[in-house]
Amino acid sequence: MSNKVIHAFYNDDEVVLDAVKTVKAAHHHIDEVFCPFPVHGLDKALGLAPTRLAIASFMYGILGLGIAIWMTNYMMIQDWPQDIGGKPNFSWWLNMPAFVPILFELTVFFAAHLMVITFYMRSRIWPFKEAENPDPRTTDDHFLMEIPVHNNEEELLTLLKETGAVEINIVEKH
Amino acid sequence: MSHYEAPIREPLILGEKSYHDITEDIAKPIEGKANKNWYIAFYISLAAMLWGFGCIFYTVGTGIGTWGLNKNIGWAWDITNFVWWVGIGHAGTLISAVLLLFRQKWRMAINRSAEAMTIFAVFQAGLFPIIHMGRPWNGYWVMPIPNQFGSLWVNFNSPLLWDVFAISTYLSVSLVFWWTGLLPDFAMIRDRAVKPFQKKIYSLLSFGWSGRAKDWQRFEEVSLVLAGLATPLVLSVHTIVSMDFATSINPGWHSTIFPPYFVAGAIFSGFAMVQTLLGIMRKVTNLEDYITRLHVEYMNIVIILTGGIVAVAYASEFFIAWYTGSPYENYTYMSVGAATGPYAWAFWSLILFNIAIPQLLWIKKVRRSFIWSFIISIAINIGMWFERFDIIAIVLSKGHLPSTWWRFEPTFVDVGIFIGTIGFFFVLFLLYARTFPVIAQAEVKTILKSSGENYKKLRDGKHE
Repeated sequence: MSNKVIHAFYNDDEVVLDAVKTVKAAHHHIDEVFCPFPVHGLDKALGLAPTRLAIASFMYGILGLGIAIWMTNYMMIQDWPQDIGGKPNFSWWLNMPAFVPILFELTVFFAAHLMVITFYMRSRIWPFKEAENPDPRTTDDHFLMEIPVHNNEEELLTLLKETGAVEINIVEKH
Repeated sequence: MSHYEAPIREPLILGEKSYHDITEDIAKPIEGKANKNWYIAFYISLAAMLWGFGCIFYTVGTGIGTWGLNKNIGWAWDITNFVWWVGIGHAGTLISAVLLLFRQKWRMAINRSAEAMTIFAVFQAGLFPIIHMGRPWNGYWVMPIPNQFGSLWVNFNSPLLWDVFAISTYLSVSLVFWWTGLLPDFAMIRDRAVKPFQKKIYSLLSFGWSGRAKDWQRFEEVSLVLAGLATPLVLSVHTIVSMDFATSINPGWHSTIFPPYFVAGAIFSGFAMVQTLLGIMRKVTNLEDYITRLHVEYMNIVIILTGGIVAVAYASEFFIAWYTGSPYENYTYMSVGAATGPYAWAFWSLILFNIAIPQLLWIKKVRRSFIWSFIISIAINIGMWFERFDIIAIVLSKGHLPSTWWRFEPTFVDVGIFIGTIGFFFVLFLLYARTFPVIAQAEVKTILKSSGENYKKLRDGKHE
C-alpha cells in the first residue's frame, strides 16, 4: 500500500478553516492540520472530539483534596496531636478551619500539575522528543493540511487548489 | 468574520505586520548579538548578585547575628524583602491568568515577561525564609515529614507552614503555566535556527512541539483551566503571606483587613515592576510595536485601582488605630505615633511614594507617557518596600513593655543580601530577554487580524 500523502500549505487562518470545511464536505479524510497558532473552530471543523482535560483536572483536584484531608488528619489528629494555641486536636472537623489553606493549596497543586502532565503525555510532548511537524514553516506563518492519497491524486489536487492552497506537495510518508 | 473589533478600540499591534513579521520581530533579540548596554547591565547585576551571595555565605557561616536583628525586632529586612518580592510576583499571574479569564487581548504582549518576572521574583522571595532559618541545610524540615524522622510532624495550624505550601504551589504552577505557553514559541525558534547547537537546545526546550490541531485544542483548554486555577491561587498566596502577620497578636498586625489589602498591594507593586521592566525592554529589544502606549495606559489604570484600594486600607488602619483609643494602637505603622515618632521618615516615605505620587496617573497625559510611567513605577516599587518595612519594623520596635523598645538598624549584610537579590533578579531577567521569546508570539498572531493597526485600517476603510 502506498503511503503517499498530500501536503497542502495555506498562509491564512480563515482560508485554512474554509479549506478544511470544503475538503470535509467532499468526504476526504484529513490526517492532520499543523498550525503556528490556534485557529478557533478548527477542531470542530475537523470533527475532533472535545478534550476531556478539564474533567481530568477536576478529578485530580478531588484527589489532591482527599490527600490533604488524609494528611492533616493523620499528622495532626491521629499520629501526634499537640496543643497548639488551644486548637482542638482531637477532631479533624473542629480543627479544619486552620487546615483550609493546606486543603486549598494541595487541591490546586494536584489539579494543575497532573493535568499538565496528562496533557504532555496525551500530546506526546516531553524533553528530548523530536518534533514531528513536516515543514518548519508551520511554526511561523504557514498552515499545513495532510491528506492521505488513495489513487485520487488528481481529484484532490484540483479541490485543494480551489481552496486557496499556496503550495501543494505529494510526499512519501514513512 | 470573527476578527471584528470595534473601530473605537486602539490597535494593540502597530505598523504593517504580517504573521511572518511577528515571527521575525520576536526572534530577532534571540538570534542577534547583545549590544553594549546589555553587557553593562548584565555585569553590574552579576556583581550585585555575587556580593549578595557573599553576604549570604557570611550569614550562614557566622549566624543571623550578622544582621541588624535584635531581641524585639526578630523580623526586619528579610521578611520585608520576602513580602516585597512575593508581591512583585503577583502581577505576572494576574496578567496571564485573570486577564485571560476576562479575555483581555492586551495581556498577550506582556504576559510572557510578566510571568518570567513572577518566577524570578518568587525565587528571590524564597531565598529569605531559607536563609533566615540560620541552618538552611535543614530547610527540608518544612516538608511534611516527621521531625528527625521520628513521629513529630510539621504544624499545619501555622501560617508559616501554610506559606511553604502556598509559595511552592504558586512557584511550581506558575512555572508550568509559563513553560506550556512557551512550547509553541520555542518551537518557532527551533524551526528557524540555523546553528546546529541552537537547534538542539530549542528542540529540547520545545519538548518536540509540533502544533497539531488536537495539540492546540488541548493547549487552549489547559491554558484556560490553569488560568482558572491560578486566579484563586494567586489571591491565596498573598492572603496567606498576610496571615503570617494577621494571625499574630501584635497590635498593628492582628488585623482582619490584611488579606485583601495585601493582595491589592501585591498587584499594585507587581504592575509597577512590570511597568519598570517593560519600559526598558520594549526599547532594548525593539518591540515598541507590540508594547504600546495603550498597554502602558491599561497597566496604569490597574495601578490606580489597586493603589486606591491600598490607600483606603491605610486610611482605615489609621482611623481605627486612633478610634480605639488604645495606647498600643498608637504605635502601629499607621498611627499618629508612627507619623511623628523615630520612624516618621519611613512613614512619610510610604505616604509620598505609595499614595501621593501615583495620583498623577489620573492625568491622561501622564498615564500615557512612557517616561512618566517609568518614573512613577520606580516610586511605587520604593513605596511598597517601605510599606512592608513599616509594618514590620515600626510595629516590632514598640512592644507592650516600654523598657524593651528598640530600633532596627540594618548592617551591611542586610543591605548586601537585598542588593544581591535585585542583582540576581536582573541577571535572570537579562538572560531571559536574550534567550527566550519575550512575547507570546503564537497568541499575538491570533489577535493580529482583530487588533493589528493595518487590519483595523483596512476594515475601517471598508465601512466608510
